[in-house]
Amino acid sequence: MQKDKNLVLRVEDIHKRYGKEEILKGISFEIEKGQTKVIIGPSGSGKSTLLRCINQLTILDKGKIWLENEEVTQTKKNINRFRQKMGMVFQDFNLFDHLTALKNVEIGLVRVKKIDKKEAKEKAIEELRQVGLEKQADLYPAQLSGGQKQRVSIARALAMDPKVMLFDEPTSALDPELIGEVLEVIKKLALSGMTMVVVTHEMGFARSVANEIIFMEGGRIIDQGIPYKLFTDPDHERTRQFLCKITELYGKSEEEK
Amino acid sequence: MNENLALIYQSLPYLLKGCAITIGLVGGALGLGFIIGIPMSVGQVYGNKYLSALISLYVWFFRGLPVLVLLFLFYFGLFSFLGLNLPAFTAAILVLGLRSAAYQSQIFRGSIQSLGEGQMLAARSLGMKKSEAILYIILPQALRISIPGWSNEYAILLKDSAITYAIGVMEILTRANFIATRTYKPMPMFLTCAVIFIILTYGGVKILDLLENKVSIPGYGERRSEF
Repeated sequence: MQKDKNLVLRVEDIHKRYGKEEILKGISFEIEKGQTKVIIGPSGSGKSTLLRCINQLTILDKGKIWLENEEVTQTKKNINRFRQKMGMVFQDFNLFDHLTALKNVEIGLVRVKKIDKKEAKEKAIEELRQVGLEKQADLYPAQLSGGQKQRVSIARALAMDPKVMLFDEPTSALDPELIGEVLEVIKKLALSGMTMVVVTHEMGFARSVANEIIFMEGGRIIDQGIPYKLFTDPDHERTRQFLCKITELYGKSEEEK
Repeated sequence: MNENLALIYQSLPYLLKGCAITIGLVGGALGLGFIIGIPMSVGQVYGNKYLSALISLYVWFFRGLPVLVLLFLFYFGLFSFLGLNLPAFTAAILVLGLRSAAYQSQIFRGSIQSLGEGQMLAARSLGMKKSEAILYIILPQALRISIPGWSNEYAILLKDSAITYAIGVMEILTRANFIATRTYKPMPMFLTCAVIFIILTYGGVKILDLLENKVSIPGYGERRSEF
C-alpha cells in the first residue's frame, strides 16, 4: 500500500462468517482524515459486524485493515494499542455501571494510557464539557437519561484521542426526543474535523453530515457515493427502494413530533 | 434452674474460647474459598475449554460429597497418606475452604455472567487487556452483586463448621458436648451452643448487609423493588 498521509482508515476485502452464514462478503473502503462515512442498510446486513471487525472486537476471517499506514490485522499482539486509537460508541451505551460519568471517561486514561490521575481528571472534565455534561460528572449511569448516557460514552471514547471514531447505531436505543442531543454532539464532532464511521438509520443526519454514504445489504456494499447522488439518483434500484422506505418511515415520525 | 444458669455462667469462658476457634475456622475457610473461588470463576467464564472443564471437575467433586466424608477423606486419608501431620484445626480450614471455593466460584460465576457482554466489549474497545477489563470493570461489579449469595455461603459455612467436631476441632459444639457429658446436663449446654450460633449467624449476615448497602451503586440494583 502506498503511503498516503491523509488516509486514516483502509479496509480491504473483509470476510466474516458465523457458522454457515457469511455475514461479510468482501467489504472494502477507505476514509481520509476529517471525513465522515455513514453506513446504512437493513438490519442483518452486517453493519455492526463490520464496525466490530475494524477494531478487532470481532476477529475477521479474511481481509486487511490499516490504520494510518499501519496494518492492524497483522499483529494480534498490538491490538490494544490500535484499539486505543479507534473510539467506539455502542448502540446500548455500555457505560461502566459502577463508575460515575467522570470515572467512566477517566478510566481509559488512568488504566490504559497510564496518565497521572490529576491530569486524567482534568481531561475527563474537559471531555464531559464538550458533550455538555460537566454538571453530571458525579452521577452514576443509572441516574442519567439515555441521551446523557450516550454523550458520556462519546466523551469516554474521545478522551483517548482516537484517530477515528466508530459509531454503531448511536441513537437506535434512544427515545425520539433524546436523539437530537446525541446527533448534535456527533455533528459538532464532524465539523471539528474528526474522522468518523457512523452506522445509523437517521437519514436526515446522514444527508447533512456524511461526506459519503455506503449502502450495505447481505454482507456487501451495494452502493456508495455522496449523499445527494444516493438520495436523488442512486446507481442501483435497491438503494432507491431502501431509501424511499426509510425516509418515508422516519419522515412520518418527524411530522408527528 | 439456678443451678443450670450457674453451670452456663461457669462454662461460658470455656465455650467462648470455642467461639473464637469457630470464628477463626469460618473466617479462614471463607477467606481461602474467596482467594481460590475468584480465579476459578474467572477461569470458568474467560478461560479456554480445558481450564473451564478442569474447574467444573473440581466443583463437581467438592459439591458432590457430604462435608463429613470430605473431612474424613482428607484428614484421615489424604493428609495422613502424604505424611502431613496437620492439626485438626488447620485440616478443617483447608477442607472447608477448598469446599467453599467450589460454592463461591459458582456465586461469582453467576454474577459475572449476569453483567452482559457489553461491559467487556466497552472495556476492550478502550484498549484494555482482558485481564485489566476483568480487574477494573468486571470484578468490581460482579463482587457487589455477589454479596447476597456470599452472605448465604457465610451462614451455611458457619453452621457446617460444627461438624468439625467429628475430627476433634475444639470449636463450640465440641466444647458444649464435652461439658454436657461430664455434668449430665445436655439441655443447658446445647441451648447455649445454639444461642451462640444464632448470634454469630445474625451478626455476620448483618455486617454483610451493611457492606452491601455501603457499596451499592446509586440508582442501580436497588434492594427493595417498588413493584
